[in-house]
Amino acid sequence: MQVTMTVNGEEFTREVEPRMLLVHFLRDDLGLTGTHWGCDTSNCGVCTVQIDGQPVKSCTILAAMAAGHEIRTIEGLEQNGTLDPVQQGFMQEHGLQCGFCTPGVMMTARWLLDKNPDPDTETIRECISGNICRCTGYENIVRAIRWAAEHPATEGASA
Amino acid sequence: MTVTEDRPLSPAGNPMGFGRMIRKEDVRFLRGKGNFVDDVNLPGMLHGAVLRSPYAHARIVSIDTSAAEAHPKVKAVITGKILEGLKLAWMPTLSMDVQSVLCTDKVRFQGQEVAFVVAEDRYAARDALELIEVEYEPLPTVYDARKALDADAPIIRDDLEGRTDNKIYDWEAGDKAKCDEVFASAEVVVKQSMIYPRVHPAPMETCGAVASMDKVTGQLTIWTTTQAPHAHRTLYALVAGLPEHKIRVISPDIGGGFGNKVGIYPGYVCAIVGSIVTGKPVKWMEDRSENLMSTSFARDYHMDGEIAATKDGKILGLRVNVLADHGAFNGVAQPTKYPAGFFHIFTGSYDYSAAHCNVRAVYTNKAPGGVAYACSFRITEAVYLVERMVDCLAFELKMDPAELRMKNLLRPEQFPYTTPTGWEYDSGDYPRALKEAMRIAGYDDLRKEQVAKRANGEMMGIGLSFFTEGVGAGPRKHMDILGLGMADGCELRLHPTGKAQLRISVQSQGQGHETTFAQIVAQELGIPPEDIEVIHGDTDNTPFGLGTYGSRSTPVSGAAAAVVARRVKDKAKLIASAALECSVDDLEWEQGRWFVKGDPEKGKTIQELAFAAHGNLELPEGVEGHLDASVVYDPPNLTYPFGAYICVVDVDKGTGHVKVRRFIAVDDCGPRINPMIVEGQIHGGLADGIGMALMEVMAFDENGNHLGGSFMDYLLPTSMECPSWELGETVTPSPHHPIGVKGVGESATVGSPPAVVNAVLDALQIRHAEMPLTPAAVWRAIQDNPISRPDLAIE
Repeated sequence: MQVTMTVNGEEFTREVEPRMLLVHFLRDDLGLTGTHWGCDTSNCGVCTVQIDGQPVKSCTILAAMAAGHEIRTIEGLEQNGTLDPVQQGFMQEHGLQCGFCTPGVMMTARWLLDKNPDPDTETIRECISGNICRCTGYENIVRAIRWAAEHPATEGASA
Repeated sequence: MTVTEDRPLSPAGNPMGFGRMIRKEDVRFLRGKGNFVDDVNLPGMLHGAVLRSPYAHARIVSIDTSAAEAHPKVKAVITGKILEGLKLAWMPTLSMDVQSVLCTDKVRFQGQEVAFVVAEDRYAARDALELIEVEYEPLPTVYDARKALDADAPIIRDDLEGRTDNKIYDWEAGDKAKCDEVFASAEVVVKQSMIYPRVHPAPMETCGAVASMDKVTGQLTIWTTTQAPHAHRTLYALVAGLPEHKIRVISPDIGGGFGNKVGIYPGYVCAIVGSIVTGKPVKWMEDRSENLMSTSFARDYHMDGEIAATKDGKILGLRVNVLADHGAFNGVAQPTKYPAGFFHIFTGSYDYSAAHCNVRAVYTNKAPGGVAYACSFRITEAVYLVERMVDCLAFELKMDPAELRMKNLLRPEQFPYTTPTGWEYDSGDYPRALKEAMRIAGYDDLRKEQVAKRANGEMMGIGLSFFTEGVGAGPRKHMDILGLGMADGCELRLHPTGKAQLRISVQSQGQGHETTFAQIVAQELGIPPEDIEVIHGDTDNTPFGLGTYGSRSTPVSGAAAAVVARRVKDKAKLIASAALECSVDDLEWEQGRWFVKGDPEKGKTIQELAFAAHGNLELPEGVEGHLDASVVYDPPNLTYPFGAYICVVDVDKGTGHVKVRRFIAVDDCGPRINPMIVEGQIHGGLADGIGMALMEVMAFDENGNHLGGSFMDYLLPTSMECPSWELGETVTPSPHHPIGVKGVGESATVGSPPAVVNAVLDALQIRHAEMPLTPAAVWRAIQDNPISRPDLAIE
């Protein structure tokens, strides 16, 4: 079947099998490998993307269901070569180690800050509880998101 | 606070040596531009999938692959029979056993590899698995290690000639006679059995490989999730009979390892065979259930411990009998000489001379593995045993567990200290670390608060643990894996403009080597870390070494990096003597520069000397041009990091829910190269401790069915279970390491589980209950009816 969706502001039309998962569509068909595949059961959150501004685990939604919607992936988080404050926060506060869960948790964090620009640490912890990280023990992820909240308009590193 | 915080800064504002520095590798990960194995896409690439056994123990009667082969998108179906023809149906394990690649006779655990399909896409490959018809004849299972040696137990490894039982080995350490004597005359002896359940490292990235065999050149390139690319290359050469110089193993970005990615899995071998058979690159990525059910588990130690002491709490001896469940194949990854890993470091951090352990390992109908999950070759199990036993003793003596520990900790003047089982601890100041943890915790106030809470009927617990690790395996004379000595190579090359490339034999699964190793060289040579590219994870571009696990990168490869930088510095000195027309004896070093003693203006920077080394300067006799060096570092001993942990929990009496309120961790890993990275690693390990103590277990039923095959059932800690960690630090350098560092990657995973368990038991005021202390388990313990075998769904 044919699906059309907007991904990071660009419209794509592709032939896909009806059963194809969005995560595989993004990775294998569009080559957007920043979204990862981790568990198939919606538990780990490494596949988190935004659909119409909402964080969604792309391993449990079909590409066909995303047709007609606006998808935002990690590749669309930076703007004009400038890292999003969330990305900068993760760098400043060492919010990542292996980097595998990082795109997913940052997409969740961006959604949180869009909704609540100044969340306290308890709110942050609850918000990212659907994103599992095995490296950081979450402490620096929480700090990274707080950093982003405190630096909303920081000029980005374009490194 | 670190001992090295006054370092000069590079032009980019980073420390020229040790200190907090933002990681060089971050930018690609933050942009979604990491290059993980599943991100590798080659032209014409095919996809593989593994058919796995639904039974834990069953004879294969027949396999019919004809329907799968007829699938229009299928390119090959590989079975054990085909591999037998290639002499690849079995492969050696890291413990000198053999393991089935694709089953030829009978399956021995649920999830074992039976067939491999190669198809045009990953969905078609999975479809084709459904078309393979396998007839099984189910056999009785050994699902409980304690029944593995029963007279009527089915023999699992009838493939091994002459095998009449399920025993793998009996192994012991320590002086049994002396230990028995001490126990016979001790005033107090406390016995406690405990289980360290089977758990799984579960990195967020599962295991996989992309194999590409170029039939024209005979070159095999394999991108794979490996923590030990060089060791894997040699093993592929030995397993498949491929010439080693034609094999290139690349471990690109790895999404966490924790020991899960040390061994070679059948899927990797199948991907290689798939590429050889089809002539196309073949990708195989396991899904989460395959990862949890078939790849390297951790622990599964049943320990019967006994501690002897005087009535006033002086520990006299410790002994333990262990039953180790190794699964269906002995596939543990550890130095050859030590079949139970480093478990015999179980005497821990205390001063007594009588100790003995016996470890008996058995086959069961479960997946192979055992040494994984940041365990430092089973020091996790050892620390859990001793720290639980010390708390059991405190419980019986009605002593404060902190007081009991303080009374028995090794004293600073006892170092270097040889333990009753032969380890030589290099350095330590244990009482200082414990005092620091108690200071941060406000220990006395916590105990007062606990008294008040108890008076109100509330359950608050305070748990301690003190650990000593032995990391950085290891000295070649003692340590090898499959005959490969555990030394690490390192190469440093300065380009004419003074920029450098450092090639290391270890690789990163998130540890931040690209930053830390650049900082080591920066510290030694005064080259800004931004100007040093660290190359790793590619056997064609790095020197040989055994890889990253057992917290060995900094103790072994980090030492190699420091030593190779010193060699370059020494060579630069000879070049400086020519450039400055003076004797080498007249030269003095300040960071980044050789200059003439007494004439500081007259000098050359390392960058200038790099250019001179490539130029037309007349070099001293015997000095070759260019500025580079290579070393192989053979560590003289392990390094011994240590730490004191305190956990504070509140238990809900009604539900059994445990809330970890605070966790204080004081680690001593010697000087910290990048404190930010060190703290991050400790944070991660502390979360592991909460996971193991409270949530994680792989349970089985009596048919050997795995009951934790997805993240719906195998629970990992989230941000909600973890408190905001409180870290402290003491610094005791290793006397034998070139920069005094000790390694830290696994310290918190090793040290934290007993602190959490001790805290929960302290809240419940009971002597012992088994991990994981789930709400149900805690609730039952409150009702005085604890579960004794959490690893089995049916007791």
